[in-house]
Amino acid sequence: MKRIFLASLMLSVLLSACGSAVTPVPASGQQALAASATVAPAATPTLLPADTPEPTTSGATPSAARTLTVMTHDSFAASEAVIQEFEQANNVKVTFLKSGDAGAALNKAILAKDAPLADVFYGVDNTFLSRALEADIFDSYASPLLSNIDPALQLDLKNRALPVDYGDVCINYSKAFFAKNGLQVPATLDDLTKPEYKDMMVVENPATSSSGLAFLLVTIAKYGDPGYLDYWKALKANGVVVVDGWETAYNTNFSGSAGSGPQPLVVSYASSPAAEVIYATTPLDDAPTASILGSGTCFRQIEFVGILKGTKNRDLAEKFVDFMLDVKFQEDMPLNMYVYPANTQARLPDSFVKYAQVATDPAGAPANLDAMRDTWINAWTEAVLK
Amino acid sequence: MKIRTLRTVLFAWLAPLLFLGVFFFYPLARILSQGLDFAALHAGFFSDTIQVLAFTVYQAALSTLLTLLIGLPLAYFFARYDFAGKAFFRTLTAIPFMLPTVVVAAGFNALLGPRGWANLALMHLTGESIPPITFVGTLGAILVAHVFYNATITIRLVGNAWATLDSHLTEAARSLGAGTFETLYRVTLPLLAPSIWASTLLVFLFDFTSYGVILLLGGPRYATLEVAIYIQALHMLNLPAASLLSLLQLLCTLAFSTLYSRHVTRAAAQPKPRPSSTNLRTAQTGRERLFMAGMLSLILAFFALPMLALPLRSVSRFEADRAQRTPVSTGLTLEFYGDLFINRRDSVFYVPPVQAAIDSLAFAGLTVVLSLLLAFPAAAALARPGRLEKWIDPFLMLPLGASAVTLGLGYIVTFNRPPLALLTSPWLIPLAHTTIALPFVIRSLQTALAAIPERYREAAAVLGASRWQSWLAVEWPIISRATISAGAFAFTISLGEFGAASLLARPEYPTLPTAIYRFLSQPGGSNYGQAMAAATLLMVVTGLGIFLIEKLRLPGTGEF
Repeated sequence: MKRIFLASLMLSVLLSACGSAVTPVPASGQQALAASATVAPAATPTLLPADTPEPTTSGATPSAARTLTVMTHDSFAASEAVIQEFEQANNVKVTFLKSGDAGAALNKAILAKDAPLADVFYGVDNTFLSRALEADIFDSYASPLLSNIDPALQLDLKNRALPVDYGDVCINYSKAFFAKNGLQVPATLDDLTKPEYKDMMVVENPATSSSGLAFLLVTIAKYGDPGYLDYWKALKANGVVVVDGWETAYNTNFSGSAGSGPQPLVVSYASSPAAEVIYATTPLDDAPTASILGSGTCFRQIEFVGILKGTKNRDLAEKFVDFMLDVKFQEDMPLNMYVYPANTQARLPDSFVKYAQVATDPAGAPANLDAMRDTWINAWTEAVLK
Repeated sequence: MKIRTLRTVLFAWLAPLLFLGVFFFYPLARILSQGLDFAALHAGFFSDTIQVLAFTVYQAALSTLLTLLIGLPLAYFFARYDFAGKAFFRTLTAIPFMLPTVVVAAGFNALLGPRGWANLALMHLTGESIPPITFVGTLGAILVAHVFYNATITIRLVGNAWATLDSHLTEAARSLGAGTFETLYRVTLPLLAPSIWASTLLVFLFDFTSYGVILLLGGPRYATLEVAIYIQALHMLNLPAASLLSLLQLLCTLAFSTLYSRHVTRAAAQPKPRPSSTNLRTAQTGRERLFMAGMLSLILAFFALPMLALPLRSVSRFEADRAQRTPVSTGLTLEFYGDLFINRRDSVFYVPPVQAAIDSLAFAGLTVVLSLLLAFPAAAALARPGRLEKWIDPFLMLPLGASAVTLGLGYIVTFNRPPLALLTSPWLIPLAHTTIALPFVIRSLQTALAAIPERYREAAAVLGASRWQSWLAVEWPIISRATISAGAFAFTISLGEFGAASLLARPEYPTLPTAIYRFLSQPGGSNYGQAMAAATLLMVVTGLGIFLIEKLRLPGTGEF
């Protein structure tokens, strides 16, 4: 009997755990912080208080703070003070649901569209935009702030996805390497296939990395389909190194950064040199790296925000979208996410003006991208990896 | 054969099956049923898949073989020898199991990469300008990393069995004239067979579903099923292909574990398990000393060296050769550790490392408790299998062979609405970790329980002990060591599991692995240094955790 008792006790613990998790507990940010500060390994039952109600159950009592859930990718970052200002102004607690990289987060939003996990989704980029629009996960919202947003970035004319920021995927190089060897920095894509740059470049696999896919699209924009495959074969013959993702390419293979790897050229972002200065271990008066910005060598990644269909907090969601497009958040963004603001009124931080660069004439996402993604990546894999 | 009442069956299986049903089979079925659609697959899909499957099996088989080659001597070593610092060395072999792949890859790169110490030293010696060792991007790197990660499974599972082996049997064989190898082959190995098979299956399944190691150390030319699933599900956004690949992976897992449970239907009960301490000895003869020195240097070279790169890198600063206008500065520093405690960006997502460590430990502790509670009744039933158990057995291993990516997507479509709106609850993290740890814990406990002779229990019953009393007085002391070992597994699985954490971790509850990824995903020497510092912290926390679990003296624990 004792053992049956034990089993049922355990089950009830489990069930109460589940139960408490679905009980709506409107919690303020302070409460959540205080709760997580008292977490101790031994105190099992009170260990992890469920602090967030589902969006649907919020707003039951008008005086209590409501909750707005924002689904986003892992790279999302913002200053505490800026978010707090929004929370206080609107008597709302903003919860961020980080859901993997940009592709993973979007896929999850699409899968859960019948019972949306959040009110707002931020972080779909122009390589995934058509997919998001086709899956019909966003409601239109013509924010009044769109008048300040660079029209060139407004790709969705129905305003289901509103541009928040942009960044350029470009080839970065180690300044020291080219200076020391008296070598000209390559200026065009064609240069990269020349023998003087043999074994010098590392790129990301477009099948597993968004920056890798961006660079593949640069070559498709420049050489067309199937011309890009010949270009990649030439790159392969010249010893291009392919790794799985940006983290490996930049931290392990690239010689210009902290990992001090073997390749002086890497596919990264035009803003990376600014981060090298800001996060240097010893104060630097100049960036150790720079980007190749020539015509047709970069890809412009644009990130969008949208209100998820089925939200019960439409009014708050609109306010949050306005907030993201407004100057305060737009000026906070560059140093948090190393991207450029879409709002033309936003001023850039000094370090950005000094060290970050913007591409001239970057490539964008082709219209048939969603239909061709598999085909292009498979053909690329066949040509470069096999 | 005793008559099994409905009550005993319910007791053994209700909780674990309900748990796996809700947190594993149901979400998996939901996502697979949404995705399966043969018409949506591209032309070359099937021939590509066969290639991928062939490579997956090939590398897993090879890795498993190598893991046994390294793991078995070490298992013997730890089971039979007593020496100063033994717990430390044992812990050392267990730490890799929970290190994030990015961090392990950085360690191997620092050691064997094109600019690693080994290559730099060789280039300096020979005067060559091309690195002589090519490690990263080869099949060899995949195999070495798999052994590095999984040897601890063999060391623990087989080591526990070896430690309690009745040494009178081998002594009897010796006195009857059997040589060392004959004794090993005809007495020791048959007695150890259940634990060897169990560890082989676990290691194989881990290698079979390998993902991070393949991507980071093997490079993009190699793909396992799990890598293919990841690409299809999250980058191509091709759910039909991902679902079909996951189903294939599940079927293979089921096939392997069925094969295993048919082969090892019942672990051989030993005539007389011995307390482990009676088997321990110190190295006396020259040959024993040589063996001990060999094993210790193997551990240092194979397990410690790649890990050493992380703490070293976390305290060294070098900006040499980067910006030519600033003076070169290299040296030792603790500033990365200091920086961990400062919210330099005033980020809304900043969490102090101590908090991340506490979160990690809390999730891990919860996982240990949950998985042990669920595993005990199931393992006890499996150790004396009836018809039901033989049928259930292979299915219990499925969580190890399920694609983490697919299961994650299954969670999204299952737990996003009432009555199971758990997706935003931090409880889901230890629950997800428990599904992964459960097969392990069940398997380790089952082999230990099966080794207890039936007549011990019968004797206790004859003497008037209730089942509960006999369990406390007879079984528990014998399996307490295996319990501690199983708990240590659950602990490390939870601490190192990044997949579920990255999927579910709310910014308020980041674990150490998610903190490490956050640093690695932005450029800058300081971010890199902090990632290494956080990784070192993770190593220390896990090391201490395992060390303490092993030192734990559970109530009622005997000498076993």
